[in-house]
Amino acid sequence: MSLLEVSDLGIEFGRRRVRALDGVSFTIEPGQRLGLIGESGSGKTVTALAIMGLLPPNAVVSGSVRLGGDELLGLNETELAKRRGNLVSMVFQEPMTALDPTMRVGRQVAEVLRLHAGTESGPARERVVAMLAEVGLDDPERVADSFPHQLSGGQRQRAILAMALINSPDLVICDEPTTALDVTVQAMVLQKLDEALTSSGAACLFITHDLAVVSQVCDQVMVMLDGRIVETGSVEKLFTNPEHPYTRGLVATARLDQVAPGQRLPVVEDFYSGGRR
Amino acid sequence: MTEPLYRAEALTRTFTTSGRVVPALAGVDLELARGGRLGIVGESGSGKSTLVRLLAGLDRPTGGKVWFEGREISALPERELGFLRASVQLVFQDPRSSLNPRMRVGQIITEPLRSRLVRRQLPADVDHQQRLAEVLAAVDLPPDAADRYPHEFSGGQRQRIAIARALAPKPDVLIADEPVSALDVSVRAQVLNLLTDLVTSAGLTLIVVSHDLMVVRHLCDQLAVMRAGRIVEAGPTASIYADPQQDYTQALLAAVPRIRSTGRDQS
Repeated sequence: MSLLEVSDLGIEFGRRRVRALDGVSFTIEPGQRLGLIGESGSGKTVTALAIMGLLPPNAVVSGSVRLGGDELLGLNETELAKRRGNLVSMVFQEPMTALDPTMRVGRQVAEVLRLHAGTESGPARERVVAMLAEVGLDDPERVADSFPHQLSGGQRQRAILAMALINSPDLVICDEPTTALDVTVQAMVLQKLDEALTSSGAACLFITHDLAVVSQVCDQVMVMLDGRIVETGSVEKLFTNPEHPYTRGLVATARLDQVAPGQRLPVVEDFYSGGRR
Repeated sequence: MTEPLYRAEALTRTFTTSGRVVPALAGVDLELARGGRLGIVGESGSGKSTLVRLLAGLDRPTGGKVWFEGREISALPERELGFLRASVQLVFQDPRSSLNPRMRVGQIITEPLRSRLVRRQLPADVDHQQRLAEVLAAVDLPPDAADRYPHEFSGGQRQRIAIARALAPKPDVLIADEPVSALDVSVRAQVLNLLTDLVTSAGLTLIVVSHDLMVVRHLCDQLAVMRAGRIVEAGPTASIYADPQQDYTQALLAAVPRIRSTGRDQS
């Protein structure tokens, strides 16, 4: 049985029924890492929110999302909250908004433990500090006692990572986890994510618009365009032999290093006949 | 030797936050010739943005001097900086926050032409509507874009609007602070192509700030690598990429994510 089974997922928003997702189906096996790439507005984040049960109330959802065999769509908030942070957790793009600015980081990470495992605060503290060390923070004690604004972007993002991993979830959803970071910090966070996923054996749905980043973490990639999945395959196949014109365009635009400085870069439209999609 | 377009000497800028003195720039020397394309790279907090703010006259140094076309701009009062405002234009990282959401695109783009400081530097007979049509065409936006509001456009289109606004007073220098960092990879190529074309066709001097070394390599022929408020390595872009001298530059280059086409097991 697959860990996550999404079948024919469709999402519409508001009274005007704006279609955000249309017939999206995919599965994630235990321990598998699946990348989801596409441009802004293509439906990547909505897919993640649907799995987390975090869609706004004006969303009309159809289809099915099964996690470990249980249907998630239609579950009430109490049932969803039990799974969120425990079976499935999420790493958001912007660590400053994902953390509570008024609460010390250690307490925020411990909250996830206390809610799901009922751990007392003493042992929780030990677990939190150990987890912060595991995601590569040099001074975990100090980080645990800091407020989010006292940390750098990379430290904050790793604190979020610790929060997402501390209950050893079966599935971690990462939504553009390194987009807001510098290249050097990005490289480090990706490496820590890679190590943490390997050691915990968790599966991962990794959302990004950056092909190079997805190739660092994932083996399988889905390409999303206008709310549909247009191509799926191994990282290698997608990069060496992309089929859909949009994927061909994405691969070409991502390779800045293949173009002599100052020369015209290929754009996605080049790969559609007639120059328009 | 002719006077460079920009010259900076021992430039420092310190900020005081809650009693602590933070040096954002700690002695930067710089020369940029007319028509040069300079890329400034470094991590967050290395002083890149502080440096270009000083070059654009948006901020004052706490030590050192900046000359533009031989005039010391760091000593001039704001009301005498009109020539700088007309010649040097900026494009910022996030077009969501750099465009006024309550103004129509046409007003946004022609605003530099109406500015009291700038308009005295321009020929008296500038036809705003004509210039608006010209720059909209230059950035590949439809003429009817002028009547719409920024929120009606995508991120890439908004960055085009910001570029159109920068071009409106026909500047000599374009300073772009992380111009494509907030954009999707697929849109990034379009904006980079646009910048390359505009710089070539208008003969602009270009200063690009970025943490993305590949973007800078593509746009710029000169490179300055910054760390902790200093320029640690500078020179022609091609030679720094081929043979970085500083460990820090090597680390920056190594951190650029590359497509691993063989999958992650064979990295």
